[in-house]
Amino acid sequence: MAKVLVVTSGKGGVGKTTSTAALGGALAQQGQKVVVVDFDVGLRNLDLIMGAERRVVFDLINVTQGVAKLSQALIRDKRLENLWLLPASQTRDKDALTEDGVRDVIAELRTKFDWVICDSPAGIERGATLAMRYADEAVVVTNPEVSSVRDADRIIGMLDSKTAKAEAGDQIKKHVLITRYDAGRAARGEMLNIDDILEILAIPLLGIVPESQDVLKASNVGCPVTLNNAASPPARAYSDAARRLGGETVAMVTPSEVRRSLMGRLLGRRAA
Amino acid sequence: MSMNLLNLLRRRTGSAPVARERLQILLAHERGLRQKPDLLGLLREEILAVVSRHVALDPDKVIVRMDRGPAVSTLEVDIEIPNGSEARLAVAS
Ligand SMILES: Nc1ncnc2c1ncn2[C@@H]1O[C@H](COP(=O)(O)OP(=O)(O)OP(=O)(O)O)[C@@H](O)[C@H]1O
Ligand SMILES: [Mg+2]
Repeated sequence: MAKVLVVTSGKGGVGKTTSTAALGGALAQQGQKVVVVDFDVGLRNLDLIMGAERRVVFDLINVTQGVAKLSQALIRDKRLENLWLLPASQTRDKDALTEDGVRDVIAELRTKFDWVICDSPAGIERGATLAMRYADEAVVVTNPEVSSVRDADRIIGMLDSKTAKAEAGDQIKKHVLITRYDAGRAARGEMLNIDDILEILAIPLLGIVPESQDVLKASNVGCPVTLNNAASPPARAYSDAARRLGGETVAMVTPSEVRRSLMGRLLGRRAA
Repeated sequence: MSMNLLNLLRRRTGSAPVARERLQILLAHERGLRQKPDLLGLLREEILAVVSRHVALDPDKVIVRMDRGPAVSTLEVDIEIPNGSEARLAVAS
């Protein structure tokens, strides 16, 4: 049974595209057949993060409008044969995406993949509502910072009211993914801590991804961080999160435990 | 475990507790609004219905405004009644 997952946040720049690529890469590594779908019409980036920007011929809008077949628009990953990308249009207006068009494409993707991961644009407008519209589950990405948590709360409200599942009286399964977590700043009380975020948002925690240079390095070379450096702290966090999505119980590792030795913590030093 | 203890000790300092409190208050308020998406619209409609049972009104001249304060909020209702309807108002009462 295919699962449609939306990666959403409300606020921009919190790590949705990074997370879509990383979770997609991790699930594919774990043997699942995965497609990552870019819903950020006009501002596509998933192709760049996946390193497929030079292979885009057709896009999501071409498929919804019948200009191209789905098989013509899907791009297979260079590294993993069971990982695919459906790019967004860079030139079209976001109004070119229609609800019926999205419904049909998602329905077709469901027949071909185990996981359909939709990278939502920021905001709460049309693009974001279409990205979540036909999802079964949602990953709400947030940073440990007030405006991002506020927007996450707003998005949770929309997931519970504006998705096809919610309208049918069903519950969409929601998880929060905390990204760009800086253990040092959290310990000094400069950043909202995990327990506070979870208490406020009241949805289960999917993972905690540390702030890390490895994310930037991976995006520079166009490779999901989980495939670029699987041993790095952010890749491990994403890989554990992917296992949790698959229903496994994996112990939660707070980044401090990964990045800082006990001595380092006691001395208040930052890990390199 | 030790991390939780450290957190507890450190919680007294730093701006994170302030952030948490501000968020909790704000979100409690915003979630309330979400459940009743258009409280003002609803109030306006019902006030209009009640008043126009007795007075002929121009619906555009009914203004309902909410002013939210930290402790109390005020609801301001401004209804313009055309002079002609005053007679009927007197008869009705
Ligand atoms: N864990 C991390 N550590 C360091 N940098 C990160 C991390 N996660 C994301 N970033 C950086 O943050 C920036 C924004 O990330 P990303 O593009 O994934 O966010 P987004 O939510 O998709 O943004 P948008 O709302 O514009 O689509 C990028 O420069 C990315 O490299
Ligand atoms: Mg993005």
